[in-house]
Parts: sequence; C-alpha cells; structure tokens
Amino acid sequence: MDTTSIIGTKNRKEQIITDPRVMMNDAPRTPSFFTGSEVIKEAVRRANVDVMVAYPITPQSEAAALCGELFAEGYIGDYFRGESEFAVMSQCAGAAFGGARVFTTTAGPGTLRAMENFPMWAGARLPIQCIVTCRGINSPLSIQPDTIEIAYLMQTGMLVWHAETAQDFYDWILKGYMVSEEPDVHLPLALCCDGFFVTHTKDTVDLTPVEMCLPPYDPYRSPVPCMDMECPPVRMMRDPFVMKSNYISYATHASWQQEVWAAAERSRKHTIAWLDGLIETENVDADILIVASGTAVSQGREAIRLLADEGIRVGLVKIKTLRPWPEEELREATKRASHIIVPEFNVIGWLARELKATLPRTERIIAGPRVCGGMTMPPEIIVEGIKKALGMRSGVLAGRGS
Amino acid sequence: MSLNYVKFTPGFDVFMPKEYRDMVEHGPFGKKTTVSQMGSFKEILEEHPMCAGCAMTLFIRLAIIAFPNPEDTITVGTAGCGRLAISQAAIPFVYGNYGDQNGVASGLSRGLRIRFGDQPKDVVVMAGDGGTADIGFQQVLHSWFRKERFTTIMLDNEVYGNTGGQESGMTVRGAVLKMAPLGKKFEKMDMVAMAKIAGCAYIATVVPNNPRRVESCIKKAVLIAREVGPTYIQAYTSCNIEYAIPTDQVMADAKTVEDDRYKFTEYVSDEAKAYLTERYGYKEFVQKPAAAAVLTA
Amino acid sequence: MSKERITISPDLYDIMPPDYQDLVKHATYGKEDRGWKDIGTSKELLEQHSLCAGCPESMAFRYILAALPNPEDTVMVGSTGCTSLVFPHVAIHNIHSLFGNQNAVASGLKRALTVRFPNRIKDVVVLAGDGATVDIGLDMTLQAWFRQEKFTTICFDNELYANTGGQESGLMQKGFVAKMAPVGKLFDKVRLPEIARESGCHYIVNCTVSKPSLVERVVRNAVLIAREIGPTYLQLYTPCILEIGKDSQEGLQEMRDAEKPNERFAFKEYVSEPAKALLADLAAKAKDKKAAAKQLVS
Repeated sequence: MDTTSIIGTKNRKEQIITDPRVMMNDAPRTPSFFTGSEVIKEAVRRANVDVMVAYPITPQSEAAALCGELFAEGYIGDYFRGESEFAVMSQCAGAAFGGARVFTTTAGPGTLRAMENFPMWAGARLPIQCIVTCRGINSPLSIQPDTIEIAYLMQTGMLVWHAETAQDFYDWILKGYMVSEEPDVHLPLALCCDGFFVTHTKDTVDLTPVEMCLPPYDPYRSPVPCMDMECPPVRMMRDPFVMKSNYISYATHASWQQEVWAAAERSRKHTIAWLDGLIETENVDADILIVASGTAVSQGREAIRLLADEGIRVGLVKIKTLRPWPEEELREATKRASHIIVPEFNVIGWLARELKATLPRTERIIAGPRVCGGMTMPPEIIVEGIKKALGMRSGVLAGRGS
Repeated sequence: MSLNYVKFTPGFDVFMPKEYRDMVEHGPFGKKTTVSQMGSFKEILEEHPMCAGCAMTLFIRLAIIAFPNPEDTITVGTAGCGRLAISQAAIPFVYGNYGDQNGVASGLSRGLRIRFGDQPKDVVVMAGDGGTADIGFQQVLHSWFRKERFTTIMLDNEVYGNTGGQESGMTVRGAVLKMAPLGKKFEKMDMVAMAKIAGCAYIATVVPNNPRRVESCIKKAVLIAREVGPTYIQAYTSCNIEYAIPTDQVMADAKTVEDDRYKFTEYVSDEAKAYLTERYGYKEFVQKPAAAAVLTA
Repeated sequence: MSKERITISPDLYDIMPPDYQDLVKHATYGKEDRGWKDIGTSKELLEQHSLCAGCPESMAFRYILAALPNPEDTVMVGSTGCTSLVFPHVAIHNIHSLFGNQNAVASGLKRALTVRFPNRIKDVVVLAGDGATVDIGLDMTLQAWFRQEKFTTICFDNELYANTGGQESGLMQKGFVAKMAPVGKLFDKVRLPEIARESGCHYIVNCTVSKPSLVERVVRNAVLIAREIGPTYLQLYTPCILEIGKDSQEGLQEMRDAEKPNERFAFKEYVSEPAKALLADLAAKAKDKKAAAKQLVS
C-alpha cells in the first residue's frame, strides 16, 4: 500500500493524514507551555496510534494516564492497563505482531522488569515505541532521576534516542515512528529522557497543528510478515532452529542477530534526515569539549556560559542517538579537542565508556562529573571538573577539598 | 529474638534516642499487648508519613499490635503506600522488587525455619492490591500452591494509591480512574475465591473499623501460618485521597463499604480449626455435639 | 484472509514447493464443515512435526488444527516448550515470543486485530504447555481472563517440563518424583479449571485427546464462545510418554486410563449461562440448515 495515496484523507478522529515532512517541517507551530508528560500526550495525539498499554510506575504514570484520556477522546484505537511491565511489553508485542502502531511508556525498575521483551521486540522486528522516563533502579529504592537503565537498553538491539528537552521529546516521538517503521529499519525505539527533569517540569514547546496527524502504520511494509492471516501463511521453516545443534542453526541465529544490528545501522540515514544529524555541536574548534546526552547537555550549556564569563572557551557535543551510535560524527567533532568532559546522571558512566571505546587518544576523555540516585548536577561541578582537568585551582564548591 | 538484644548496655541508655528508650521501657516485646491497650504503650509503629485520615495506617497499626510474637516477626512488603509506614516500624521489614513479596517471603520463611528450627519466626507479608493482585499475583498464588507457611495481608485500597490513582485489578467495575478513562471494564478480582482454590488454610476479609476483629483475624492467621499452611487476610483500607473521602468520613465510608460489599468473612480449614483448638485453646472451633446444638437452638 | 491471497501466480506455480502447492489445492481453508474427518483426505495445516514418536501432543495438534472453525482468519500464539517445535510447521500465522507471555501477547494481538478489522472475524487461539500456562505465565493467563479478553486458551497438560527434560511443574500430581522434585512433588496439582471458572472463563473443559470427535467439539465451542462472549479454556491431557516411562504405542492407553470416571482427566465441562445460550442458538441454526438442505435434496 502506498501511504501517499491516503494523504489528505481523515483518520478515526477526523484528523487530516498529512505528509509527515510537511507536518514536521513546514506546518505552522504553536508555542505551548506544558509539562513533559503533557507534551508526550500531545505528540501521541498526532501520532495515529492504534494501541497503547499502560502500567503505573513513577515518573511515567502521568503521561501514561494522560494518553488514556486520548483514548477516551477517540484518538487511540484501544488502550488498557496491563498487570505488570513484563506483561505490558508482551501485550505491546502482541499488538505489533497484529499490525498495529503501538505506544507505551515505562521507567526504571519497570524497564528492568520488562527487559526480556526488548531484545525479543528487536528480533521480531516490531517497531514499537517505548518512552523511557529514566529513574533509579538500585536498592535502596529510588524514584528519582538517574539514567542507568539506558546502559541496559543500549544492548538490546532497539534504537535508543536520548532527548534533552520537552521539544526534543515532542518532535522525536513523531519522527521516531517515521524512522523505526522504515522497511529497512523496522525496529523498536526506546525514546529516553531524564525522569522528572523533563517529565515534571514545564517548558515552552512548539506544537504542530492538532488537526494534522501522521499517516497510519502500514504493516505490509514490514520486512517480516505481520500475524494477521492477511498474507500467505507459509511454513516458516522446515525444522525449527531451536531443535538443531548444528552449524546451519548457529549460522541462522548469528545472521539474524547481525541483521538486527545492521538494521539499526541502516536507520542512520533516516535519522540524520529527520533529526538533522545524530549529534549537535557548538564551537567544536575549542580545546575543551563537553560531550553529553539528555539533561546533562543542558547543564553543560550552563557550565559553558559560566566559564565564558571567566574567559575559558568550551565547546559542546550533544549526542541525540545512542543506537545507532554516532561514531564517525563524534570522531570528527572531537578531533581537535585536548580535553573531553563527559558529565552523566548515573554511577557507572556508560557514556564515557562508549566514548572511550570509540574515540582515539582516550586519555583526553574525563569520565565525569557524575551524579546519581536523584541528585541534581549543578553546572558548577562541571566547571570544577573542567578546571581540575586544566590543572587550575577552583575551590568554588565548599567542602569538596580540591 | 532474645529480649536481651533490645536492652541497653548499662550506662549507655542516656545516649540512646528517646524513642528507642521508650521502645525498651514501654514497648510490647515480650508482653501480651492488645489493641484495647492502644495509647498506653509504645507502639512498634508510631510515626508514619501517610496522608491525614489514612485508613491503611490505622489497619497497619492494629495488625502490628496483633502480631502474636512481635519480637520474632519479620514483615515483607513491596512498593506502595503501605511500605512507607511499615518500614518505620521497630521490627525488620524486607523490601525487594515490586510484586516479589511472596517470593521473598517464601525464601525467607524457609531460610528461617532451617536456621531456627522449632523456634517460631513469623513472616508476615503486607502489600497493596497492585502488589498482591496485579504485578505480584503469580508469586502470591504460587506461594499458596506450594503451601508456604506465612501470612499474606492485602492492604486493599482498590487503586494504585502511591503512584497517583490508577486502576488496579481490585478496583470495582465502572470506577473512573487514571488508566481507566472510561471506567474499569472488568470486575473486582475475587482474591478470596482464588485463595480458597489455591489452598489457604485461613482467609478473612475485614475493615479497620472493628479493632478487636482485626486483632483476632491477624492472630489466627499468623498462628495458623506457623504450622498449618498459607493464610490470607484482605483488608479494606480506603484511599481517602484518590476516592475523595473527607478525612472525618473515612471510618463512616469503611462502615458503608463493609455493609455493602466488604462484609466480614472468615474461612478456617478443618485442619486449622483443630490446630487452633488443640495448640492455642481456641474455644470457638470446638465441635459442639449435634444434639446440644439442637437444644440451644 | 481471502483464499485468493494464497493462490499462486500461474507463471510461478512450478517453482513453488510441493507442500505449498498442496496447501493451496487441498487445504481446508474456508470449508464450512471442516473437522477431524478431513484428516487423511485433505492437506492438513500441520503435516510434519518434530515431536517424539508416539507423542499424544502431535495428535492433539492435528485434531485442533482440523477443528478450528475459521483457520483462514485465525492467528495462534504459542510459548516455549514442545509446542514451539511444532508451530513453525503450522500453516496459519502463529507467534512465539517469550516463555510464559502467551496470554499477554494474545491480549494485545486480539485487540490490535479488532482495531484493524472491526467488521471481520479474527480468532485468536493460545496453545501452550502447562509450565507456560500455570507456572511462569500464570499471572498473564489469569489476568487475560479477568479482563475478559476474547480469545481461547488451550493448555497442553503433560504434567511436567518436557522440553527441558522432565522437571516438576505446578500441574504435576502430588508425590510424583521428577527432576527438581527429588523427594516427590510436595503439593497438589494446581486446580486451574476451577481457577479459570473463578476468573471469568465462559467455557472450560478438562479432558484428554483420546477421542478426536470430542477434541473437535470442544475446540469449536471454545473458539466460537471466545469470539462472541469472552475467554475460554481447554486443559487437554497430552502425556509425555518419554518422561513417564511409557513406550510410543502406549500414549493412547495412558489417556484412556487417565479419563476414567474419578480419574484426574475424567471429562469435565463448564459452560456459562451466556455461552449456553450461544451454543443453543448455534445448534438451532445448524439444525435449520440441515433441514433446509434435506428439503432441497428431497
């Protein structure tokens, strides 16, 4: 089915199905003052979603419940509360197997509870979109912002994007479907943000017209048939691979896994076109660079402003997509830098590890500053980290003993 | 726990916090305190961060007072409002992941039995309806299938209270809540029937209005779980915030709900009846001769 | 699915595999009175499988697939276990994703198909083993029933984890010595049919697969009731002859022994009131049709 043929027609809620490039790039935008959770709702309102499944867990509960209102208003085909995150992600899988455009949200311990599903989604090539409003997952219990769960998501085969602001979130939810539903991609997307910092703060976000929506998902553009008995039910294989312990079986599994990761690689061209690049840079000719993702980018911007007041020039690299990983872009952007500062909201420093595995001259990479367990990251500690790296005295923060 | 563990090294008592001294001097460990003495001794749970008027808090306080052997009781809980209070009580509280409380309690009660043999160590699970009937439902049922010997108490506020008021499996049909924007589409889960089929030896439904009844249920449930098998108590502990019950109407609401759809029910298996009678002298389960019954009637 | 979708373009006919050609020519998609008697005279939707010789599960599979009232618009959901060795051979769409999540997948699937095809019949049938249904997947099995999801759940109850080599499961009988139950299973067989009733299933049957006509009847009832009313559940004894120490020719007798009166698989059927009304209505319609056909002949 050619989706262009339905452009201009109306969906179940009488919204006009619009060419997504026109909708996202050309249509007038209305500035609106919303919480991140409300922004998720507004994006989903325009995303022509067929099925959403919800489960309460802080801090995504609000967004998930707001999307329930969309269902009550008729914007979503079906919506219900599942019984656990594991069940919810399986319910999402079922709906996607049946050819629906599927949306869900989770956070922290819920992400970990659901984890077995994510590689399955990727392996079954289900283009489900899952919003992840990151929070702590360790014992003792924390409900506060912490991005450690992204470290796990990056190994699942899903596309993983990390939004900095509510505006990113709004645009990327809609653009995310366009990328992940491409036939040569067709992978789930974990669209992450830092919980509370993005979901529970208000920001001005430029919204597309409410009467416009994305074209519906066309399951027959999938690289694997959807399970609706509308295409020939051929026997999938002569012998189930799980039966065989032989080279053919191993080779089949190996090539399938490689294909999943290759599909993520193939998403680059679409993602670059939609997001205007996998990274965003400012002043990368500076000696010192801050490389970050999520709200650590915003704190980095503040630190850069503070340092500029002291005459220290610092550049910035904002990483938008973690999967696919923007290796080439990062190499290019950091080639002149002598100090690369990586502020993060998690205890292990997964972003610094990824960078160290990618960039030449790893001694340039300073893994930190890091905060975790819900702590905020005042820009001053990034300033201090930079000064320390440069061998300067800072002492701006009381009691830190530097 | 030997009661000596809570006592102070002589000379150090002046340095101990007031509440700890109170606990040693006026606490219920080693005594037979009852709910009717509430207010005249230091409770194991006294402070808590719950909302004003919360019925769940009252129920938890009553339940803890009713533990037959608090100095050898360990509670297990999960995410939800209940844990905010239970975790502040002066008895150990185990908290794992959301919904895994009956899994944790299965391991815990078996581990304690291996380590302490015949010395009773009571394990009591207290979790909300989401933790018990939704996300933890499978582990709850399987612990009952396996006849794990501990008590499961559901603090049933018929909603996900702690996350801000979403529909749960124990919500009544038709209630409009978050995640149920058109009203809940299916019936309140019948956990009592589930408990019966799954083989619980004692099952009760209560509301917190009648403290003596709560005490009686908890005592029986904990004692039966020691030796006979799994026990289950389902307590209506309304969420006055999410259901917009004025704080001064919380008990009136509980009474109304009790009369309407949360009547006191109690199921005691024959084996549990015999055990309570023989071991603990419960008279209410003594089989009356049939002839005598006719005469009194 | 319209039958045209599976017909082969004439130019490509000769290069299609013979079993696909057979499927197009001789399978019973769209045949109104399909049933177990088609076995042997039509192309079955399952012909090959990789189960052990004499496995009653393979019989059950063939009977069920022959009995589905609407295979051309049926999607099945399986789980991990011996069934997952068969599903790849089945000529209707089927999903295997994880161990135990089959009823959650089916919930999402059924709802998606309802949203996508609002005016058409799309049956969803779950078929999984006892480990998947009662142990690891119990929560999702029951919650789908609580929610009154409109699909059929079939449990192949072989009373143990067969595919992993014979470990204790919740549906195993008390006292049975198996792997992971070295001193015999300590608790009773889980009473899932009763739990199904409490959970809101509208049609429940507990039986063996010794009689194909019976399997045909209960599968048909279960699918039709699920389509119109709500969740249905079949618990079918498909003994694992390997793990209980029987030979390949002894499967049928094992089932006959287990279904004797007062044995654990004696035939039991529960039909809710709305389901009874539906079945009566269907029976009346079938009778009228037969009478009309007879009149036409005479």
